[in-house]
Amino acid sequence: MPDNFFSVMQFELVATVIMFIVLLLRLGKKRITGDSLLLVINGLLTINLLVGFFCNAHGSLFGDMFFSNPLICFQKSILNLGLLIISLQSWPWLKNHHHTAEFYIILLASLIGMFFMISAQNMFMVYLSLELATIPLAALANFDLQLRRSGEAAMKYIISSAFSSGVLLFGISLVYGAIGSLNFEVISIGMSANPLMIFGFVLIFAGFAFKLSAAPFHLWTADVYEGAPVAVTSYLSVISKGAIVFVFITILYRLFQNIFDTWYQILFLIAVLTMVIGNLFAMRQQNLKRFLAFSSIAQVGFILIGIGGNSSEGLTASVYFVLIYIFSNLAAFGVISLVSTLTGKESISDYKGFYKTNPLLAWVLTLALFSLAGIPPTAGFFGKFFLLMAGAAQDNYPLVIIAALNMIVSLYYYLRVVKAMFMEENADPIQKLKTGVSPALALIICVAGLLLTGLIGGAYEYISSIV
Amino acid sequence: MNNIGIEQILFISTALFFIGVYGLFTRRNMITMLMAVELILNSVNINFVSFNKYLYPERLDGVFFTIFIIAIAAAEAAVAIAIIINIYRNHQSIDVEDSEEMKY
Repeated sequence: MPDNFFSVMQFELVATVIMFIVLLLRLGKKRITGDSLLLVINGLLTINLLVGFFCNAHGSLFGDMFFSNPLICFQKSILNLGLLIISLQSWPWLKNHHHTAEFYIILLASLIGMFFMISAQNMFMVYLSLELATIPLAALANFDLQLRRSGEAAMKYIISSAFSSGVLLFGISLVYGAIGSLNFEVISIGMSANPLMIFGFVLIFAGFAFKLSAAPFHLWTADVYEGAPVAVTSYLSVISKGAIVFVFITILYRLFQNIFDTWYQILFLIAVLTMVIGNLFAMRQQNLKRFLAFSSIAQVGFILIGIGGNSSEGLTASVYFVLIYIFSNLAAFGVISLVSTLTGKESISDYKGFYKTNPLLAWVLTLALFSLAGIPPTAGFFGKFFLLMAGAAQDNYPLVIIAALNMIVSLYYYLRVVKAMFMEENADPIQKLKTGVSPALALIICVAGLLLTGLIGGAYEYISSIV
Repeated sequence: MNNIGIEQILFISTALFFIGVYGLFTRRNMITMLMAVELILNSVNINFVSFNKYLYPERLDGVFFTIFIIAIAAAEAAVAIAIIINIYRNHQSIDVEDSEEMKY
């Protein structure tokens, strides 16, 4: 065993240990349930997050299959933070659930898959960890066993993810046939614009676009988001998407750097399509979860613009945006999950007059939506600003103009929710909700993150220093 | 047997891939859709093994990849079938046309 084994694989090992502790708690003779179990698990997840901050290992393992550096550690810490926030938010939902421990075991398995995926240096590892990340998520989407829509969402998710990994694999096999290796280093040197490799590249791109829910491959997103339990939806839309963005950047920037001209054209097309379709469909949604699903599709379009910068600024801006996106999306999902768990209401018209009865929650949701729309002083503005800056470096101004126009369109539907909450009357508004301690804590973290990451420039500078 | 070239094998595997895609898009029964996905994965397996044997016989990357794909496909099928059983309990049907709670 090499000396740096424990420091390089720190995140994976800590998460695995926590997973086994939860498993042993479940198997133990004295069954711990309800609040005390959740307290233990959330404590463990906090430790997981804090331990991650002390990691800055630089090195590779397993014959260059696994690699870690400070940037990768930072990306994993972002995922850890998101998981902790989601776990705090889902407290009221899980408190009376019979399978709390199982929920966390499956969730952590999927998180470990994402850690390995970010660290992968080999197409083989990418595929294995991608499956480790997605198969448990399909099981999680079905976690409300009695609900019809939950099973339907899980079915749609597993079929589309199996199909997309099939497409991805076919692409990998063609690249393997053309180059004869699966190692990133070897592939990136051998890559050239011959037809076989371009076909392989297109299939790999399509596979990842499926998982990212970029435009022509986005059809599963809304149904899965609506049907799955809210905690799982927020995990899918934030953490899973963030991890895929990170690995997608690695693959485009390292593996396919030699055929930049080819992938830039595809990326341009898909970014425009994703933004336009996401925005247009978001306008006509009535269910808030569906609405956020389409808004998250539109956000992916913006991330793709930043990735198109093909520079260290593009990488920095994308990582920074994912960090902000976690705060803003989780703040929105936090409020929605609270309302949906306590009252079962999910449609926009139910939120009429929400401000009269729950002013604080209405303000949190407003801030989150402003951040998603990209209105200063919230962090979302700076995130989008840096993404467009990075994208503009390619001198492709039509793309930047389309993106800016899309931001204006997106204001319409984000503000529609705000209008419903603040200005519209409702004879039967949602009554005053009792926010528990842990959802409130999660919302405070999100709001603090929303305001601080934008106003204090340290986050962006820190990321750009480790890129 | 010795004069089968890599072209023929690649033709078979590509055909299998698109048969799988076609099956996935046209079939309405969830189990059959799952079988179509397995076809896609098997076409990839053929690809890997044949590339490995014909082009890079000195290394074993492709063969190992194939073994892992088979194992993961089994895991995927296990989860998918569990989900299908649960759907059958709720809907009394495994036709995708009956799973229509959520639409645009």
